[in-house]
Amino acid sequence: MREDRAPHPLITRRLLLGAGAMGGLALLAKPSWAETMVDLPLPGGPGQRSISTAFPEKGAMILQRTRAPLLETPFDVFDQGVFTPNDRFYVRWHWPVIPVSVDAETFALKIGGHVNKPLSLSLKDLLKDFPRVELAAVNQCSGNSRGFFEPRVAGGEWANGAMGNALWAGVRLKDILDRAGVKSGAVQVRFTGLDQALGPEAPRFVKSLDLDHARDGEVMIAYAMNGAQLPLLNGFPLRLVVPGWFSTYWIKMLDDIEVLDQPDTNFWMKTAYKIPDTPGADMKPGETGVPMVPISTMIPRSFLTNHSSGETVAAGAPLLVRGIAFGGDCGVERVDISTDGGKTWISTELGKDEGKYGFRQWQASLTPEPGNFSVMVRCTNENGLAQPGTANWNPGGYMRNVIESTDLVAA
Amino acid sequence: MPRSRLLAIVLLGFASMPPAALAEAPLELKSVTVELPFGDKVFPRAPGADEVSRNCLFCHSAGMLLYQPALSKSAWIKIIDKMIDVYKAPVVEADIPAIVNYLTDLEAK
Repeated sequence: MREDRAPHPLITRRLLLGAGAMGGLALLAKPSWAETMVDLPLPGGPGQRSISTAFPEKGAMILQRTRAPLLETPFDVFDQGVFTPNDRFYVRWHWPVIPVSVDAETFALKIGGHVNKPLSLSLKDLLKDFPRVELAAVNQCSGNSRGFFEPRVAGGEWANGAMGNALWAGVRLKDILDRAGVKSGAVQVRFTGLDQALGPEAPRFVKSLDLDHARDGEVMIAYAMNGAQLPLLNGFPLRLVVPGWFSTYWIKMLDDIEVLDQPDTNFWMKTAYKIPDTPGADMKPGETGVPMVPISTMIPRSFLTNHSSGETVAAGAPLLVRGIAFGGDCGVERVDISTDGGKTWISTELGKDEGKYGFRQWQASLTPEPGNFSVMVRCTNENGLAQPGTANWNPGGYMRNVIESTDLVAA
Repeated sequence: MPRSRLLAIVLLGFASMPPAALAEAPLELKSVTVELPFGDKVFPRAPGADEVSRNCLFCHSAGMLLYQPALSKSAWIKIIDKMIDVYKAPVVEADIPAIVNYLTDLEAK
């Protein structure tokens, strides 16, 4: 495998065309990866991916795409605790035009639109002039686990690692909006980051929230995750945190907040990230006429993290199984496991509650008899919603949350 | 499938948690400058590889295409249309048939 590096991703069309065919550029390749491979068990493949350490402020990550970066968290990281380290936290960008340099002194967050007093706030202003709040919350890509959809769908072919949990610190969006003074008649708030689309006619990646949601006191502008500033690829210096909602709303490198007096109809709100308006975002392949709505809140998931399918464990001896769960838009009520294909379920012990929007660890002990067995894990959230036994399907590959099963051999 | 028995739950200790570790010291945000890798792979040689290389790598690196599942010809046509119509990808129209054929048969390459 070869890797070519350019000093800067802000390439211009002129530069690219001037270089001729990309095959020509590839001849300049300098191998720079320290890499190994991983084989993701995606049905029908291809599942081979590189493990890359070539990205700034990042450790070993599953390389789903180099430009714009799609970096998946290797699943063993989730066994290390409920907080995903910053250097292993997954990365997902839409457009490749990402600033590679951000000046903490001159950076400004602008608040404008339908407000009484437009603001421009420096990072120092945010740190000094507003109350600091902290919240543990899962950030999960809408398309996490897309690679497991059957039939398969196009897109970023993630396994289960396009998610992470961090302790976010920052300021309440509500406090910022109150400082600017939202005018009556405002309906939504639009968020834009420093990344840009390729070309003026292509749609910049922007997202909006309803005004009431934006002012709920939970939505925050984070300047820190897990006690440190955000890695650039996770949105340095500021990232919107929308607890309980899929990551598509968590705008990275947030530098512009615009209060709208009309609903946002941009491509990323009106056309992209739509799911069937059905329980679990489920529909049949090829089904037509299904009403589609923008994706929004997350639903419960749980995973076994200390063993992988195919592993052999000791028969007749106590086996610790443990993992993580999250409730989606509320906390975890319970996590149950089954080793008889879902006929009977046994409750597990939950670990420390670090906040209802975060990961929660679970653990149990079982003594397997010789032979093959599967451990199914099911999370039920505080709203009483449990993971389903059958996988959902939709053309975007969104919102998978089927009960996971780990196949082991006891010998 | 042999039965496996679930025992009463015993506390064996959860995975060690990295400390939430928010030091009381005030956070100082420091400027960052990084370098991002540009591209990873090249497309396997086959008819259409040149057309794919010169049209599809403007917006994204090759892995985006090489990691897709097997998709039908009509699915690839829809994807390419979306790249052109929505994302304004500078694709040369005369190259589209070769691109579609290459991607439709990708796993064979």
